[in-house]
Amino acid sequence: MVKILPLALRATAALLLAGVVIWWALGGAHRGWSMNRVPVNKTDEITGIAFVEYEDRFVPGLEMLGGGAGAAVLLFGLSFLFRKSHSTLKPTNS
Amino acid sequence: MIKQLVSSTAFAFAAAAALAAPISFDFKDPKGVNNVAFHLDAPLESISGTASGITGNVMFDPANPAALNGKIVIASNSLKVPNSTMQDHLHSPNWIDVAKHPEITFEVTKVANAKTAGTDTTADVTGNLTIKGVTKEVTVPAKLSYMADALGRRQPNAKGDILVVRAEFLVKRDDFGIQAGQRGDTVGADIKLTLALAGLAPKA
Repeated sequence: MVKILPLALRATAALLLAGVVIWWALGGAHRGWSMNRVPVNKTDEITGIAFVEYEDRFVPGLEMLGGGAGAAVLLFGLSFLFRKSHSTLKPTNS
Repeated sequence: MIKQLVSSTAFAFAAAAALAAPISFDFKDPKGVNNVAFHLDAPLESISGTASGITGNVMFDPANPAALNGKIVIASNSLKVPNSTMQDHLHSPNWIDVAKHPEITFEVTKVANAKTAGTDTTADVTGNLTIKGVTKEVTVPAKLSYMADALGRRQPNAKGDILVVRAEFLVKRDDFGIQAGQRGDTVGADIKLTLALAGLAPKA
C-alpha cells in the first residue's frame, strides 16, 4: 500500500494538471477571470452599430488553471510524505 | 394677386420652417442594439462590459447640427460584465450602487466645432454627465449620422428618420466617487466609454 500510494498521487497530479490545462485551452485559453456568460459581438446591418449579446456558457479563466495546477502540485508534494522509509539498521552477518 | 402672393410666400416660409425644424429622436431602441461599452485597464486586470438599458430624447436639426440638445439615460442595473459575481460587485453599494443611483445620465449643454460632410456631423459635445449621483461637465467628441427616411429599413411599414450617435471618451473613476483612490491595481482609474446609439424619429 505504501509503495503504491506515492505513485497513485503522482499519477493523479499529472492527470489533474493535464486535464485542467486541456480544459482551459479548449475553453478558449481565456486569460482573465472565468466567465459564466460570453460576449458575442454583432453588428446592426442598418445602422452599423456594433453591439454585444451574451451567451450563457462557462469559460474557465486563469483562476481555474491556477487552482488546478496548485492542486496538482499539492498532490505531487504529498506523494513524498508516503515514501518507503529506509531502515538505518545494517544487516548483521551472524 | 397680391393676396395670392402673400399667402404663397407665407406657405413657402411655413414649409421651409417645417423642413428645418429640429427633429426629436427617441433613443429607446426596441431592437436592443443601443449600447454603451465600458473598459477599464489596471496592471492586474482588465474589465469590459456593456450597458444596454438606454432611453432618452435628442433634438437634432439636420440644417443646424450645432443646435443639438437632449438627454441620454442609462439604467444602472443594465451594466453587464461576463462574470456574474463581478457584476454583483459592480452593482453593489461599494461600486455603482444601482439601488440608490438607478440612472446614469448625460445632458447636452453645448455643441462646438460642428462640421458636416454629407450626412455625417462631427462635433465636440459638452454636457453634464451624472454617475453615482455625482455630476461633472465633460466634453465628448461625437459623430452624428443622420439617416433620412431609413426607419422603414429597420421597422417594416414605418416611416421616419434615424440618428446614429457615436462617441468615445475617458472619465476618471475618482471623479465620480467610485472607490476613489482605491483598488488601483485591479480596477483601472480611467473608464473608457464607447457610445453607439440609434435614435428613431417616426413620422406620422
